[in-house]
Amino acid sequence: MTTQDFSATEMMTVAASRLLKDGTVCFVGIGLPSTAANLARLTHAPEVVLIYESGPIGAKPEVLPLSIGDGELAETADTVVSTPEIFRYWLQGGRIDVGFLGAAQIDRFANINTTVIGPYGKPRTRLPGAGGAPEIAAQTREVFIVLKQSARAFVGKLDFITSAGYLEGGDARERARLPGKGPTAVITDLGILTPDPVTRELTLTSIHPGVSVEEVRAATGWDLKVAPDLRTTAAPEPHELAALRDLLARTARAHGQSAGGEA
Amino acid sequence: MEVALSTITSLREAVSALVRDGDTVALEGFTHLIPHAAGHELIRQGRRDLTLVRMTPDLIYDQMIGMGCASRLVFSWGGNPGVGSLHRLRDAVENGWPHPLAIDEHSHAGLANAYVAGASNLPFAVLRGYAGSDLPHHNDRIRFITCPFTGEQLAAIPSIRPDVTIIHAQKADRRGNVLMWGIVGVQKEAVLAAKRAIVTVEEIVDELDAPPNAVVLPRWVVSAVCAVPRGAMPSYAQGYYARDNAFYKRWDPVARSREGFAAWMRRHVQETEDFDGFLRVLEETRRQEAA
Repeated sequence: MTTQDFSATEMMTVAASRLLKDGTVCFVGIGLPSTAANLARLTHAPEVVLIYESGPIGAKPEVLPLSIGDGELAETADTVVSTPEIFRYWLQGGRIDVGFLGAAQIDRFANINTTVIGPYGKPRTRLPGAGGAPEIAAQTREVFIVLKQSARAFVGKLDFITSAGYLEGGDARERARLPGKGPTAVITDLGILTPDPVTRELTLTSIHPGVSVEEVRAATGWDLKVAPDLRTTAAPEPHELAALRDLLARTARAHGQSAGGEA
Repeated sequence: MEVALSTITSLREAVSALVRDGDTVALEGFTHLIPHAAGHELIRQGRRDLTLVRMTPDLIYDQMIGMGCASRLVFSWGGNPGVGSLHRLRDAVENGWPHPLAIDEHSHAGLANAYVAGASNLPFAVLRGYAGSDLPHHNDRIRFITCPFTGEQLAAIPSIRPDVTIIHAQKADRRGNVLMWGIVGVQKEAVLAAKRAIVTVEEIVDELDAPPNAVVLPRWVVSAVCAVPRGAMPSYAQGYYARDNAFYKRWDPVARSREGFAAWMRRHVQETEDFDGFLRVLEETRRQEAA
């Protein structure tokens, strides 16, 4: 790998932010999705509408929230509604273009596990659980998923499907009558995976600068398919990096770190 | 439905009079206005065998579960936000310590709808939910029904009808009417779904001065109102204080071992008289740790 003036995490966040088009209505998960969505708002997509499950609609936080219900989100939002209203009128009501999610584990058909590793009744690792994700993954028009790539996180078959991607692949999602079209991109620190149009298996279609295909394969728990016309992701532009670093520095000054959670 | 005009009283008396062993108790507050002081009082009074309901169990549920107050947990996301796992919740689920904890696990949309159904006096909630998720395979309280008009399959889950709902709000007036603002979560629904409701508030004022569409809980749907300044600490109360993020981070090592947890709870909760006492001892602990 050559020396680059950006980190793998910065590449991931910038690549994820670029997928959000200006004017999109986006239901935002905490953590990496929230960072990427706010970077989009601060760069190419000033009119993006960010909705958080705690109730803020049109949030424009100056610093990243520590949790899904920070006061900063409420204070900068166009309006704040109750949690039942968010899930009933805005999400189930079909008002959301993009669901932007993170995950603990993902499988080859972009199903997400945030519940348990091991048997449900006797878990090896108990994860936080579903939160808003099952209905976000089902009901937004499309879903972007952002997470770091490793063989532990990218597994052939999940112990537990918390939120549906393409289920067993092919037309399984349509047969299960999920309203939205499902995950259209999985953005990692190594590249971008998109579902095959027929089998719906996640395929490496873009690789980040300085990363080798072997590295991506090694960080994937199944035999990863690589697109014949594999592209190289454009490196972060100086203005993208500057906006991201400013945002993270402001956030660190405001609360000492930039992590997130749902409660 | 037991309806009584709200009484302005102490938190100790409210919990003593209104929460019984074996009750279904919901403490709600979505990141904001989490009723920590009330959770401590349940621990001090040694409540047992509770079915605890909360969309987002975090530190206060970790404390109640670790202290053995609960036999069942109804929830949709459990964690220490921004930090990691809840070690006491995990110990109860994975190892049955201090005793086994049954879990009734949902999604946020499911529980939010179940509170609405409870407040609406319906037996169950109906939603487009859980499609493709494994949750219904492990929770028989998530079932599917057929729409009588279109034939569509829809998820159904039982209403939440707590014996007692406990929330924290910014203000009450001297008659016991309650006003809250900011991120209001499911608190209104949780209060209206419950047989009895306890509200702790930052302050009691002469006039609420609430605009017409504000979230106001009239005194006749609230059983008890208790003034507990900073009662949502370490969560935040919009207009009063910010989230105490250092507390959330410090909780992780405290809750990791059973012994460390028990010692912390003894010193900070069981051996303090009330939430003021807790806040004083917490300050002492922090001074010692900083020295």
